[in-house]
Amino acid sequence: MIQSFFNAEIAAAAMPIVLDGLLNTILLSLLVVPLGLLGGLILALLASVRHPLVRWPLMAWVDFFRAFPPLVLLVLLFAGLPFAGLELGGFACVAIAFFLNTGAYYGEILRAGIDSVPSGQIEAARSTGLSRLQSMAYVVLPQAVRNVLPDLMSNTLEVVKLTSLGSVVAVPELLFQARQAQSVTYNPTPIVMAAVIYFLILWPLVRLLSRLENRALAARR
Amino acid sequence: MAKTIVEARGLHKHFGALHVLKGVDLDVAERELVFVIGPSGSGKSTLLRCLNRLEEPSAGSVVVDGIDLLDPKTDINHARQRIGMVFQSFNLYPHMTALGNVTLALRKVAGKSRAEADAIGRKALERVGLADRADHTPGQLSGGQQQRVAIARAIALEPRVMLFDEPTSALDPELVGSVLGVMRDLRADGMTMVVVSHEMGFARAAADRVLFMDHGVVVEEGPPAAIFENPTQDRTRAFISQIQRH
Repeated sequence: MIQSFFNAEIAAAAMPIVLDGLLNTILLSLLVVPLGLLGGLILALLASVRHPLVRWPLMAWVDFFRAFPPLVLLVLLFAGLPFAGLELGGFACVAIAFFLNTGAYYGEILRAGIDSVPSGQIEAARSTGLSRLQSMAYVVLPQAVRNVLPDLMSNTLEVVKLTSLGSVVAVPELLFQARQAQSVTYNPTPIVMAAVIYFLILWPLVRLLSRLENRALAARR
Repeated sequence: MAKTIVEARGLHKHFGALHVLKGVDLDVAERELVFVIGPSGSGKSTLLRCLNRLEEPSAGSVVVDGIDLLDPKTDINHARQRIGMVFQSFNLYPHMTALGNVTLALRKVAGKSRAEADAIGRKALERVGLADRADHTPGQLSGGQQQRVAIARAIALEPRVMLFDEPTSALDPELVGSVLGVMRDLRADGMTMVVVSHEMGFARAAADRVLFMDHGVVVEEGPPAAIFENPTQDRTRAFISQIQRH
């Protein structure tokens, strides 16, 4: 048991490869979380335009990308786009897929946050001469983000976990590197190492999230 | 003859099938304080909100300080700096300090530097008697103090006219006086004001003219003494006796 799952010799040999993967997972997260937030912000701002010509396409877009399994989307981009003469590589495909998929989720969260801010706030801002966009940026969004912070955090946690999907399109992130090491050593120890690393980086986030959620609950009482 | 600051003509407002304003005219002269009273649903708040285009009139014209608010070429954000508004529910920004509330538009709309805006903002807070509360957030202030910060937020932009939409209705009775006191000071400084409120004592003491609205029209208008003591219309009489009973 210990020989196959917790083999110290293999762990030492695999360490540089796995740590390389960790670095890429961190880089990938630092790319896709802001991208998803940006996509979400665009969607949420568009949702505050109540015109039907904006509203219906927007709803279709959000529904479509929330119903589309991200793994399928990723594989489709990676394996399908070359047939359209577009060879983007794994990293770019992950970026696009996450922009589309997690953007839709972040967008719904931010939209709920914007809706939670009383309309009197915008009226007060507009009455002092602030433009629609300025009212959004200085008055509504700061309150909206604070109101949905636990949901944003929780989604971010999911996004970081989902970066492991990059392994399917040969992005050398943590899981991909661990599997490389496993196939070379014929030993699952590197996978266990990856699992431990995922837990170690995500657990503090989970704790932080719990505290935020408890605080939000207490504030509501 | 004093200059006319607000000139609203033939204002109509529809909300779907609801006809809320049915042809309202309103002139307000410089330094004048006009009081608007009427039952809820009479259209008085809608009238007020049309005067800074928070509500888009369905028909009619609104000219404030010579600027045609409904002209598509008018920069409404620029025009609104000249029209201060105070809301029933204060609507202070809860994530900013009192000073932050007062200085936001000074910095972002009037284009002042932070130092300039802070200086103007502190002066405005001093005018409403809250110089020592500049660094408090709205949550740390009483209702009366919040409403005074809201007034400071509006007067900091040096408006030509101030609109008050039931400024004391959400306040505990013992806090009403402090807000009315600030309004009286503004009045003494020559501020042009349009006030929607049921504070009859204040109207009697400070208003130049009282408008009684019902069902989207101005039923009667005149000096406070005439409206409160000798209303000529039955509807006015009924309303006045009703609110005085309480």
